[in-house]
Amino acid sequence: MNILRYRYVLQQETLPTSPSRDSVRTAVGETHSSSQIAVEQARELGLLGDNILGSSFSFDVDIARGGGAFVCGEETALMAAIEGKRAMPTTRPPFPSTKGLWGKPTAINNVETLAHVPKIIRDGPDKFAEVGSEKSKGTKVFCLTGAIQNSGAVEVPLGTALRTLVFDIGGGPYEGRSFKAVQTGGPSGGCLSEEHLDLALDYESLQAAGSIMGSGGVVVMDNTSCTVDVAKFFLGFTTAESCGQCTPCRVGLKRMHEILDRITRGEGKLEDLELLKYMSTGIIDSSLCALGRSAPNPVLTTIKYFEDEYLAHINEKRCPAGVCDALIKGYHVDSELCKSCGICVKECPVGAITQIEPDKKALINSDTCIKCGQCYTACPFNAIKEVW
Amino acid sequence: MSVELTIDGTRVTGKKGQTILEVAQENRIHIPTLCHHSLLPTNGACRICVVDIGRKDRLEAACTTPITNDMKVETKSKRVLDARRLNLELLLSNHRADCVTCEQDGQCILQDLAYELELDLHKTAFKPQDIDKPVDDSSPAILYDPNMCVLCGRCISACNNIRHHNVLSYKNRGYDTLVIAGLGELFTDSDCVNCGECIQVCPTGALTEKPSRFMGRWKELEMTETTCPYCGVGCTLELYTKDNTIVKIKGKEDALENQGSLCVKGRFGYDWVNSPERLTTPLVRDDFGEFREATWDEALDLVAGKLAEVKDQYGARSIMGLASAKCTNEENYVFQKFFRACIGTNSVDHCARLCHAPTVAGLVKAFGSGAMTNSIQEMLDTDCFLVIGSNTTENHPVIAKYIRQAVLDRGAKLVVADPRKIGLVRDSSIWLRQRGGTDVALLNGLMNVIIEENLHDEAFIIERTENYEELKNTVEKYTPERVERITGVPADKLREAARMYAKADRASIIFSMGITQHTTGTDNVLSTANLAMLTGNVGKHGTGVNPLRGQNNVQGACDLGALPNVYSGYQSVEDPLIRRKFEEAWGAKLDERNGLTMVEAFNAVSRGDVQAMYIMGENPMVSEPDLTHVEESLKKLGFLVVQDLFLTETAQYADVVLPSCSFAEKNGTFTNTARRVQMVRKAVEPPGNSRLDWQILCEVATRMGYPLFYGSSAEIMKEIASVTPIYGGITHERLQKTGLQWPCPVFDHPGTQFLHRHKFSRGLGRFHGVEYKPAEELPDEDFPYMLTTGRLLQHFHTGTMTRRSKVLDTLVPECPIEINPADADSLGLADGDLVEVSSRRGTITGKTSVTDRSDLGTVFIPFHFAEAAANVLTNPALDPDSKIPELKVCAVRLRKP
Repeated sequence: MNILRYRYVLQQETLPTSPSRDSVRTAVGETHSSSQIAVEQARELGLLGDNILGSSFSFDVDIARGGGAFVCGEETALMAAIEGKRAMPTTRPPFPSTKGLWGKPTAINNVETLAHVPKIIRDGPDKFAEVGSEKSKGTKVFCLTGAIQNSGAVEVPLGTALRTLVFDIGGGPYEGRSFKAVQTGGPSGGCLSEEHLDLALDYESLQAAGSIMGSGGVVVMDNTSCTVDVAKFFLGFTTAESCGQCTPCRVGLKRMHEILDRITRGEGKLEDLELLKYMSTGIIDSSLCALGRSAPNPVLTTIKYFEDEYLAHINEKRCPAGVCDALIKGYHVDSELCKSCGICVKECPVGAITQIEPDKKALINSDTCIKCGQCYTACPFNAIKEVW
Repeated sequence: MSVELTIDGTRVTGKKGQTILEVAQENRIHIPTLCHHSLLPTNGACRICVVDIGRKDRLEAACTTPITNDMKVETKSKRVLDARRLNLELLLSNHRADCVTCEQDGQCILQDLAYELELDLHKTAFKPQDIDKPVDDSSPAILYDPNMCVLCGRCISACNNIRHHNVLSYKNRGYDTLVIAGLGELFTDSDCVNCGECIQVCPTGALTEKPSRFMGRWKELEMTETTCPYCGVGCTLELYTKDNTIVKIKGKEDALENQGSLCVKGRFGYDWVNSPERLTTPLVRDDFGEFREATWDEALDLVAGKLAEVKDQYGARSIMGLASAKCTNEENYVFQKFFRACIGTNSVDHCARLCHAPTVAGLVKAFGSGAMTNSIQEMLDTDCFLVIGSNTTENHPVIAKYIRQAVLDRGAKLVVADPRKIGLVRDSSIWLRQRGGTDVALLNGLMNVIIEENLHDEAFIIERTENYEELKNTVEKYTPERVERITGVPADKLREAARMYAKADRASIIFSMGITQHTTGTDNVLSTANLAMLTGNVGKHGTGVNPLRGQNNVQGACDLGALPNVYSGYQSVEDPLIRRKFEEAWGAKLDERNGLTMVEAFNAVSRGDVQAMYIMGENPMVSEPDLTHVEESLKKLGFLVVQDLFLTETAQYADVVLPSCSFAEKNGTFTNTARRVQMVRKAVEPPGNSRLDWQILCEVATRMGYPLFYGSSAEIMKEIASVTPIYGGITHERLQKTGLQWPCPVFDHPGTQFLHRHKFSRGLGRFHGVEYKPAEELPDEDFPYMLTTGRLLQHFHTGTMTRRSKVLDTLVPECPIEINPADADSLGLADGDLVEVSSRRGTITGKTSVTDRSDLGTVFIPFHFAEAAANVLTNPALDPDSKIPELKVCAVRLRKP
C-alpha cells in the first residue's frame, strides 16, 4: 500500500508588513484550528487517510506548529523545528530530498505551490504556463501593503509590471504624497525605486535589480519614509531573527545595524558606506543559509538607489524625509496656530517652554530643550513644528 | 570512486563523498578552520574555511562541501580572504582578547587565525564590545568565560553528539546567542558531569580547566603521553607538566580506546600526585610504636630481615603478599616472582579478588579464558547490549560513551538489568529491575524464553559448545512467571528482553561488579557465558561477554600472576611442566600448592597461620568486607610492610612503610579491560626519596638472598614475554603507538581484537547448568533493608587518590547514603539528614541522599569514604569458587541518630 504523508507546517508569519514599528503577526492559533478543522473534515469525507474513496491510494495530512521564528522559513531549520530541535539551518548537501525530516527523503513545498497543483492537474501544465513571463510561469500572490490606497493579497500573472501592481491595483500613494520606494520579497528583499516601476515582477528581473521574490511581500513607501531608516528597520528584523549559528549573520548583521543606527543619528562617516558594502558582500558570500545571504539586500539596494539620502544623513546630518528623530534640530512654536492652551508647558519634562504675557503664546528655549518631542505630540493644534 | 578537481590551480584527486577540506588536507593545501574538529560532526558554523568554487552568489565552507568532478576551488583569492578576514574581525569584535593572561594563549585557534590572516586589531573597523558577560566559575573543574566564546558550537556538539550528556546548548538567538549549561543555570546546578569534553574541544579560552588557571601556559608545558590510572578503560592521557607538577590533562584525540574523551577523574583527578601528603621517605616503628623516618638501607634491611625471620620460624606460607591493580604489569610480575621465587609461597593475591575473581574463574570454566572477549571499539557496531550489574556511566564513563553512541546514534537496543536506576536506564529500551542477588534466576529466565521460543543458535551450539543438555534441563524450570516471583521482574518484560537480545545480529553482554560481588559470583558469570553461547554471540565482532574491569591494571595484575593459583599468563602453579619452566627461568624451587586468597589470608591471620603481610599499593582497610575483622587481623599480624604513595588507612597499621612512585613517575605498562597492553610513561620526578615499586622489591629480594636486578621496566617486559605465552610478542618498543591486545604470542603478531574466533580457548565452549541460590544474608525483621555498595563517578576505589584531589573531593566531599523516597519518608529522613546504618558487623553514619535510583527497601552506599566506610557493614561471606566476598548484598537497618 502506498502511504503518503504530508506534514503541513504552520510557519508563524513574523514578517513586518510596513516600516512602521508595528509588525503584524498572524494568529497561529486561529490558523491552526481552522486548518485542523479542514483536515478533519476531509478525513470524515474519506478524502484523507487509508484507501481514499475505496482506492488503494492512502494519503494523510499532519499539522505541526512551527517554531515561530523567521529562520524556520529556511527548509533545514523548519525540519529541525518539526523534529523538536533548535531551529538552526544545516548545510546542504545532504539535501532534504535525499535526507530530510527524521533522516528520510523529504519534499518541502510552500502552501502557495500546493495551491497551484489542483489547477495544473485539472487544466494541464500548458494552461498553467499560458500566463507568466518567459521563465517565470503562472501566477503569484503578492502581499501588497504599506503607504498605498488599496492593500491586501493580490494574485497576478508573473511578469506583471510593478507599476500595475502599485498604481492600477494598489491605487497609488495616498493623496498628497508621492511614490518613493518599494520593498519586495520581505525583510531580506531589496528596496526598489521609481526607476523600477516598469520592472516585470518575475524571479529573474527582481534578482537582477538586487531584490528577490521571497515571500511575495510588496511594501510601498512614499515620500514620508526615509530609506536609511527603512534599511535599518529591515536589517534590525533579520538581525533579531538570525539563528546565531554562523559568524557573518550573527555578528555581521549586528555590526551593520550599528553602523546604520549611527548614520540615522547623524554620527555616520563617509567611509561607512564602503564598509557597509564590504560587509554586505562578505556576509552574502559566506553566510550558512539564505537568511544571512539575503539579509544585507535592503542595505545594498538603498545605498544603490538612494545614495543621496545616505549622504544627507552623513554629510549634512539631515533626514530629508523627516523620519530620523535624532536629527531633529529642535522645535519652534508657530504663534499663528498656538492657542495658548498651556498643554505643551505641562508636558515638557525639562521646563523649556514658557508662556509669555500678554498673549501667553508658548516659547521654546532651545538651550534647555532636549528634543524629546513630547510637546510636538501633545499639541492639539499642530502648532509645534520640527526644525530640521 | 575517484573524483578529480583543481585546488588553487593544482589538479588533485579525492574520493567521492570527501569534502574539499579533507582533500585539501590530504594534498597539504592549507585551509584555515575554526569550528571544524576531527572528532565532531561538522556544522559549518564559523565560515572561516570558506572557499570559492566558482559560484557568483556565494562562497562555500570547505569543511561541509563535498567535492565534485572538475570542481575548481580557489582557497586564497581576494574574495575568499576578504570574507575570511571579515568573519574573523567580526568574531574578534565580540571576543575578549585577553591573550596576555589567557590559558589558551599559544594554543588558541583564534589567535592563530589572526596571525595567519595578518589582522591588525588597531585598524579593524570594529571595536570589541559586549564582552562583560558574567563568568561562570561555579564548578570546581570547568571555568566558563562566555566573553572568550566564539560560538563555534564544538562544545555543544561534544556534549550532545559525542558524550550524549545533553547538558550544553544554545540560549537566545542571533547576536545574543550564548552557550549555556542546562536551562541556563550555573554549571554546578546543571546535570554536568564535568567530563571536560567541552574543554578538550574548545578552540579558545572560553572553556578551560579551572584548577589549571595561572598554573602554566602552553609554551611552558611539557607533554607526556601515558595511560590513565583510574578505571579499566585505559584512556590515553596527555599529561602536561611544568616544574615537575602536573598542570593539566587532555585526552589523546587519536587514541584508540578513548578518542580524546576522559571522565572527571581522568581529566581532573591528578593533583594527588603532587600532594604534600605523599610519603617521601621510609617509615619504621620506633620503640614507642610511633612512626619515625628511616633510611632506605635501614628500612630494607628491616623488611628483609623480618621476612626471613618469619619464613624461618613459621614457613613461607605464613607470609602473604598483596600485589596491586594500580601498579604496572612489570611491578606485578616482579612482585609475584619475588613471592614465589624468593619467599617461596604462592600466597599472592590482589584486589581482583574483590572485583573480578569470579570473572576469571567463570569464564575460564566456560570459555577457557577469563577476560573481556571483545574490544571497546566494537561496541559501536553492537546491535543489542545487555548491561547487567554495571553502572557504566559512572564507573566506565568512556565505555558508556560508546554504548550511548551505538544506542542513540545507530538505534542499537539496550537492555539494562540493574536493581538501581543507573544512568543508562535513561537510554535503555528495557530496564529489568531485578532484586539484588537474583541474577542467576534472571539470566536463566531469559534463556528459558529463548529456548522456549526457539530463538537459540542451534548451529553454534552444535559446532562450538558442549554440555547443552545440562543447561537446557536447568533453565527449563525457570519460567518467566517463576522468575518474576524470584526477581520481581515482570514476566512479559523478561520475554521482551529475551527476544530483543536473542534476535539481535550482534549482541553483547556487559557486566561488572553487580554480577561478580556475590556469593554466587561465579554462577552469575557462568550464566552470562551460557546466554552468550546459547545465542551464538561469542567469537564474533561486536558481541561477546564483556566484563568491565574496575581498575586501571586489574587485568594486568591478573595476567602477570598476582593470583595464588597461576603464574603470569594464567599458567597453573599445580602443573608440573609449567612449574619446571618457571623454576628454570627464575632459578628457584617453587611451591607446588596454590596460595591463599586475600579474604582467606585475613581469616588465616586470626588463626595465626599468616604471620606477615607485604602489601603493595592496596588498601584493604577500606576495600575489604567487614572492616572490623580486617582491623583485628592487621593488628594481630607479626609483621606488616606497606608500600604505598600515602600513609593509607592500611599503612597506619604497618611496621614498615615504604614510599613508592605513582603512575606519573614511572615507565611501564597497564593492561586495560579489553586486554590492551599500553604504555605508562614517566612525566614527573618522584617526590623525596620514594622509589619505584619494582626497584624496592628487587632490593628486598636481593637482601633476602635472591639477587634480583633489572635495568629498566622494558627489561622486565622482555622477561615477561619469555615466560608468558599470551604476552610472548609484547615489547615496550611495539607498544609505543597504540598498544597491543593479548593474546600476542610472537613478535610479529598483531594482537587479538576478540577472543574465541574459530574455537574457544578451551576448545569447545562449555555450558553449565546453574541453579539460583539466594544471597547469603537477606533483609529480615532486625535488619530490614538490603544494602548494596559500589562506586561514584567522582571517586575511585578507597579514595586514596580521589579524596586527595581538590576537584573530585569538592564535587563529592562526603559519603551519600542513597535511600528511596518512600523509605526516607517512613524513616522521617530528609535529603541531607544524618543517618545511621548498621549491619550485624558494624555501624556507620552518613548523609541521606533521597533518590529513586534506590529501589524500595534498598540502600546504596559507595565504599570510597574511610570515615563512613561501607565495608564496615558488608558481609565477608565468600563465593566458594572464586572466594569473592558478597559486597553487593547484605542486610542493614537504618536509624535517624
